Amino acid sequence: MRKVYLDYSATTPLDPRVLKAMQPYFTEKFGNTMSLHTLGLEAADALEKSRETVASFMKAQNEEVIFNCSATESINFVLKGIAFANREKGKHIITSSIEHHAVLETCRWLKTQGFEITYLPVDKYGFVNLVQLDNAIRDDTILVSIMHANNEIGTIEPIEEIGRICSDHEIYFHTDAVQSFGKLSIDVNKMNIDLLSLSAHKFYGPKGVGATFIRKGTKIEPLLHGGGHEFNLRSSTVNVPGIVGLAKAVELRKMEMKTEAKRLTELRDYLIKNVLKIENSHLNGDPKIRLPNNANFWFSFIEGEALVVELSSHGVYGSTGSACSSSTLEPSHVLTAIGLKHEEAHGSLRLSLGKDNSKADIDYTLKVLPNVIKRLRKISPFKGK
Amino acid sequence: MRTMKTPSLYSKEIMKHFKHPKNIGIIKDADGIGEAGNVVCGDIMKIYIKVKNNKIADIKAECFGCIVAIANTSLLTTMVKGMNLKDALEVTKDDIVKKLGGVPPLKYHCSLLAIDALSEAIYNYYKKNNIPIPEKLKDKHERIQQSIESIEKRAK
Repeated sequence: MRKVYLDYSATTPLDPRVLKAMQPYFTEKFGNTMSLHTLGLEAADALEKSRETVASFMKAQNEEVIFNCSATESINFVLKGIAFANREKGKHIITSSIEHHAVLETCRWLKTQGFEITYLPVDKYGFVNLVQLDNAIRDDTILVSIMHANNEIGTIEPIEEIGRICSDHEIYFHTDAVQSFGKLSIDVNKMNIDLLSLSAHKFYGPKGVGATFIRKGTKIEPLLHGGGHEFNLRSSTVNVPGIVGLAKAVELRKMEMKTEAKRLTELRDYLIKNVLKIENSHLNGDPKIRLPNNANFWFSFIEGEALVVELSSHGVYGSTGSACSSSTLEPSHVLTAIGLKHEEAHGSLRLSLGKDNSKADIDYTLKVLPNVIKRLRKISPFKGK
Repeated sequence: MRTMKTPSLYSKEIMKHFKHPKNIGIIKDADGIGEAGNVVCGDIMKIYIKVKNNKIADIKAECFGCIVAIANTSLLTTMVKGMNLKDALEVTKDDIVKKLGGVPPLKYHCSLLAIDALSEAIYNYYKKNNIPIPEKLKDKHERIQQSIESIEKRAK
């Protein structure tokens, strides 16, 4: 049976070239970056070279990038670090209703610490409204956190405009770039980004490594105190192999991103066009202003967990925002924020493409999917089969 | 040689019923029809019964729901086919969960859904035929109707 992995937004396989770059740092070049001997210096050198690669990808300065263990950590660090370092100025934070749980749950916790959070609504495509953002800004607003691209529906937010608004009001702007990093080009200066979070495993790097961009001069508190690593912003012995892997993955994306984005966009549009030929199928998110690799649908009369597992038994691996598949039994907050009813979000399916997908994979998916939907609709009391 | 087992979300029994659900469909001249919805997750189930000599002579069901909900539908219909109505009303959530080889705690509510749909079908049959309805079944009927109303309210 053919295996078609269409869940690249969940995680990606490590690129073999990344693995090769990492390997020596596990065994021969295992030094601690703080050690003064040759092995230590070698590790420190690898760390700084990696920093340069990651920084230059987004037009940042080297010392504006620090490494950590995940985007979740990065987001926690940014939100809590900015909140506590700037609480003299104010206690108001603005974010959107379709952010990743890492942002939403951190905000929820910050609320218990006396901070006030405004959640901006989005339109039916998932876009934040710039006028609403402007109106939400107050004298005591200290941070705006809006994602670059949404992980479920792929919608790309107008972050350059958001950055300009924040810059005009002299408010820190953080963007969660987990899904866009390595897929879209990012210029932190042109986009007026003050803080950015990213994660290596979303673009063929290793799991357990993330990074934060922090514009020079930003007032922020560290999450972890200790030996003073990463400019005193993230103490912990440095994960050199992981960071070398992240940097290698960035280097490869820099070379291949443009052609790959074009290839994936074509495959994505081919997939979307043909899936929408299935009766009672609907696209979530904007048809064009979306991640090159993201397709998200909802199918009437069926449930997403059943759909994903049934697809999996045919070798096609996707994901869903159905309530049945979530640990809270609530449907995806993103799908409800764009106006989907409970039972519509029930039948959602995300297919996210990546480097190993070919047109033949998409054709296979297009052959399997209608039959799977047909079978589940046969069981359903709602007709329209 | 050891072979790798394919990892599965649910028990073998659940996957068997999900893959090949029994008694799916409708009975056009059903003697009783029952529908139940779940406020928690939004799943909906519909059961049709044919009654002969106070026994469930035939049963069909439809389900808008997840794997466990579909497996429940299939299992319950096979369990109660041929049973007399009184006994069918005695089948519990735990009976189903046990027969399915266990379900994750988060999915217990799916088993209740099948039982609710069945008791609604029996309620419907009693009502249509002017058969006295036991108090317990009346209470259950009211609770189920309330859940359906709250789902419909949410869908608006």
